Amino acid sequence: MKGKGSAFKYGDNVDTDVIIPARYLNTSVHSELAKHCMEDIDADFAKNVKEGDIIVGEKNFGCGSSREHAPIAIKASGVSCVIAKSFARIFYRNSINIGLPILECPEACDNIESGDEVEVNFDTGKIKNLTKNMEFQGEAFPEFMQELIAAGGLAAYIKNKGDK
Amino acid sequence: MGMTMSQKLLAKKAGLKSVRAGQLIMADVDLVLGNDITAPVAIKEFDKFGKTDVFNKEKIALVPDHFAPNKDIKAAEQCNCMRQFARKNEITNYFEVGQMGVEHALLPEQGLVTAGDLIIGADSHTCTYGALGAFSTGVGSTDMACGMATGQAWFKVPTAIKFNLTNKFNKNVGGKDLILHIIGMIGVDGALYESMEFSGPGVKNLTIDDRFTVANMAIEAGGKNGIFPVDDIALEYLKAHGAKEPTIFEADSDAEYEKVYDIDLSTIKSTVSFPHLPENAKTFDQFDKINIHQVVIGSCTNGRLSDLRKAANILKGHKISSNVRCIVLPATQQIWKDAMHEGLFDIFIDAGCAVSTPTCGPCLGGHMGILAEGERAVSTTNRNFVGRMGHVKSEVYLAGPEVAAASAITGFITDPNTIEEN
Repeated sequence: MKGKGSAFKYGDNVDTDVIIPARYLNTSVHSELAKHCMEDIDADFAKNVKEGDIIVGEKNFGCGSSREHAPIAIKASGVSCVIAKSFARIFYRNSINIGLPILECPEACDNIESGDEVEVNFDTGKIKNLTKNMEFQGEAFPEFMQELIAAGGLAAYIKNKGDK
Repeated sequence: MGMTMSQKLLAKKAGLKSVRAGQLIMADVDLVLGNDITAPVAIKEFDKFGKTDVFNKEKIALVPDHFAPNKDIKAAEQCNCMRQFARKNEITNYFEVGQMGVEHALLPEQGLVTAGDLIIGADSHTCTYGALGAFSTGVGSTDMACGMATGQAWFKVPTAIKFNLTNKFNKNVGGKDLILHIIGMIGVDGALYESMEFSGPGVKNLTIDDRFTVANMAIEAGGKNGIFPVDDIALEYLKAHGAKEPTIFEADSDAEYEKVYDIDLSTIKSTVSFPHLPENAKTFDQFDKINIHQVVIGSCTNGRLSDLRKAANILKGHKISSNVRCIVLPATQQIWKDAMHEGLFDIFIDAGCAVSTPTCGPCLGGHMGILAEGERAVSTTNRNFVGRMGHVKSEVYLAGPEVAAASAITGFITDPNTIEEN
């Protein structure tokens, strides 16, 4: 499995309130949440993001609220992967649970700028900055994670397992 | 090697003799919590399991507190989704508007939390119950759904930071100042994935409400949980609120901590966290006059009776500034009644404050006090992120109830010790 697209680069402590402001939490419809993704930090994100694009943060990405709407909004925007130096714990857990690939890789974060073309191989954990012709090694996704992502999240994954 | 208080509790709930930091465990939970924002997403996931029954209808709490009383049609639909689920599954601890309060003030008050409990909640401030010696932590909606279906959750056993407290607070200083000071010291990711364990002879000088405030904001330092030892003050609270029999866990004397901080409570000053991170903590000797437009006194952090008393004590006999709207939100119906009977509402209303029914409301920019472009608020809530209370160009300054009340009177961020007492 691979993700490939343009990078959207942000700084430290990207919080869940800027990922999806609470004023839009009166719905949980994925496409509605995607319309307002990153709105308070990057007003044009929803307009500019394309299928496969990659968000790159710095440290403590996703800090703040437990709202699962945050990774849902990112995933529903078409983003294929989030790379950061570190993730806030509830965001980390929620991303895995809904099947949004996330990777910790400080070197990659230091060497990717907005607009760079980036490719992530989930099987090997390799991150390529195609624009700068650089390669970084993140942690490979274990098999269950790949199955979980393919299923579309933990609930569907458990259901599939139960049905087999 | 010894275990921390959190590790011992987790080991017990996982049915293990011991656990070590980093170990993945599956544990039985005593309570699963959700609100009107997170429960609808969880219910959708729950339905995907194709399982019809919840694991235990008495061990789930559903509280419509964020956008309730319904702020608009979409919010009304979300509250209704949760209400219908609660009815269908005969959830004992569903709290309708009229009984509901801000969840983390409500659950301990209702006796639903006891020492030694393992609690997950689809709300990041679930860590509040550590004040009573429970291991409680925020999770997302999918984890809530799995918890409702199975009564279990997986955890990575955390390492811990120990805060050794000595001495006692000075006048007009309390739990909020302490936790803002700590977050300022270690940063918003200073306790990432870790337990924050509070101990030392100073603990006995913290009221239970101080402890709720401190544990509540563990998440603002990235913490997995915040936890206090169970002493007579905690036991008295549990008894008074009819909680289940407590189970007391104590850290081993040889428990390992990543770091230990010694904090002399008498050195803590009134503290304000500046936009746009809780770690931007400053004391009054570090900033000049900052004019404000709104004051919010309430929330799961500081909406308890003692918080309202502290605010009323400052506001008594004063009028709030004509440049300020001051909104007071008692966190539960019981607190509302008690505050009313004590005459606190007379003080608030005579001063020119608005008193609201319990709701999370303005804390997360939901309703009941949204900020316009360029406006500044002093708030007793827990987050001051960009756009948190309204317009993306508004600002939130976090503080305790004494600073908030003093600032409402003057119209700028004010040291409560400078306000004349009536």
